[in-house]
Amino acid sequence: MYIISIAVCIVMVVPFVWSLITSIRPDEEIFMLPIQWIPSSITFEHYRKAFELVPFALYFWNSFYLAFMGVLFNLLFGSLSGYAFAKLHFRGRDTLFKILLAAMMIPGVVTMIPQFFVLKHIPFMGGNDWLGGGGNGLLNTFWAIILPGASGSFAVFFMRQFFVSLPSDLQEVARIEGSGELRIFWNIYIPLAKPALATLGIFTFQAGWNSFLGPLIMLNDPAKKTIQLGLAAFTYNKQVDFGPLMAGALIAVVPILILFLLLQKYFVQGIAFTGTKG
Amino acid sequence: MGYLFITPTILLFIIFTIIPVIMAFYLSFTNYDIVSKNDFVGLDNYKRLVEDNIFWTTLKNVLFYSVLYIPLNIAISLSMALLFMRSRFGVKLFRTAGYLPTLTSGVAAATVWIWLLNPEFGIVNDILSKFGITGPSWLAEMPYAMLSIVFVTLWQSVGANMIIYLAGLNGVPDHLYESAKLDGANAWQSFRYITWPVLRPTTFFVSTMAIIGALQLFDQAFVLTKGGPANSTKTTVYHIYQQGFNQLQMGYADAMAFALSIIILVFSLINMRLNKEESVI
Repeated sequence: MYIISIAVCIVMVVPFVWSLITSIRPDEEIFMLPIQWIPSSITFEHYRKAFELVPFALYFWNSFYLAFMGVLFNLLFGSLSGYAFAKLHFRGRDTLFKILLAAMMIPGVVTMIPQFFVLKHIPFMGGNDWLGGGGNGLLNTFWAIILPGASGSFAVFFMRQFFVSLPSDLQEVARIEGSGELRIFWNIYIPLAKPALATLGIFTFQAGWNSFLGPLIMLNDPAKKTIQLGLAAFTYNKQVDFGPLMAGALIAVVPILILFLLLQKYFVQGIAFTGTKG
Repeated sequence: MGYLFITPTILLFIIFTIIPVIMAFYLSFTNYDIVSKNDFVGLDNYKRLVEDNIFWTTLKNVLFYSVLYIPLNIAISLSMALLFMRSRFGVKLFRTAGYLPTLTSGVAAATVWIWLLNPEFGIVNDILSKFGITGPSWLAEMPYAMLSIVFVTLWQSVGANMIIYLAGLNGVPDHLYESAKLDGANAWQSFRYITWPVLRPTTFFVSTMAIIGALQLFDQAFVLTKGGPANSTKTTVYHIYQQGFNQLQMGYADAMAFALSIIILVFSLINMRLNKEESVI
């Protein structure tokens, strides 16, 4: 049992170790046969090169901005509607929620092209007239990535599941004392929802940071490219420079890794939560 | 008041989901190409799709991929969960190691594996050679390219499903195992008659997500093999992307996207049916 466990772990971890070794060893050792595991000396040359060959710092910032905005909007809108679907009563509530849930099953590929169309034809934006013609709309702006993902069905569903599990007495007491609904939500329920918000925040950040096809389609401006696009472009060079490439791949994983290590407890709980209740 | 709370979500939902779904259907009957105005062309796009050999090749590719990827994903992630279930020395470390690859993006994972699978300088072939096996040129040879993609995507995704299964296993009441033991059930029998049935909702969740994801494979195929060799790893989403955003045949690409969505729906329904029928037994 132990042997199998250790073997599985090696398969899972070795790619990380090997890319790290490649990224810190001198150039001439990368292509040396037979393969040497231990580098003769350590150099950070490839990391410097990665940032010189492509504007990695800019890409890094762009990705961070997009992922961060994704987190901000999803936490805000997701918790607002999640709370409403869990704790407020209004007509059509359950039907609306069911429609939102059903939308989670719509494959991304079907909305990919029309979303492009919609973003291109948003009225008054990017040189468009009021009918949405003439300009480029929101294409090539960060809004083209932020808005379509600003309030995912998953965020709403996740927050609702959490708010359902909280008692309603608090709400009733606060109402008797004359608090407004927005106040109750913000001052009582949001502080209680911190673990759920942390989990959702991590998921959303990871999804935003790692997304590839969306930015590939919506962002053509070289100054707006994300780290995943930069990394993919790297592999397109005919003469692949594996040292800087491995450095780049590791840089692209680091923010998520740090987030994971800081909030490991929430991470695992969150996955378990969505898995069993899904 | 409730309406006020859900307004942002509903607005975004209408603009970026409801309208696009309706438009997807409409655009698939037009020759939309971004530049000129779009005309209604009836079923032309769908006729073209039937005659498009590459479209059928990509469908075959993703089906081949799915047939390998989905069962293996379930088998491996469940095995890992069973293996790492009991709390014993080092189990936390094992779980973390298993989960680590899921933190990477499709692009980063593919990038790293291009290097690992390098026929001359990659460690995969180096390790194989220690066993006297001469490894192939993984990403450039016909059956191996797709098998490599299956392997890389499995490496990247089994960790998340392992955690989901671990959560599911926590929900299996201990007394069931105890009474099975008293009845003389062996390990396999208690898995077959207790663990597997109790985990059915979890398996349903995992398999549904795997179907939806597998049939839309893109990132790894784009980076690892660029669809090659000879289109053998080109996926349908890749073809849609090229037709829509490189050739600007948006109407046609949309028809293909619509066809693929229907295939995904059919497979999800089959999966649902399979899960229901099993639960009767």
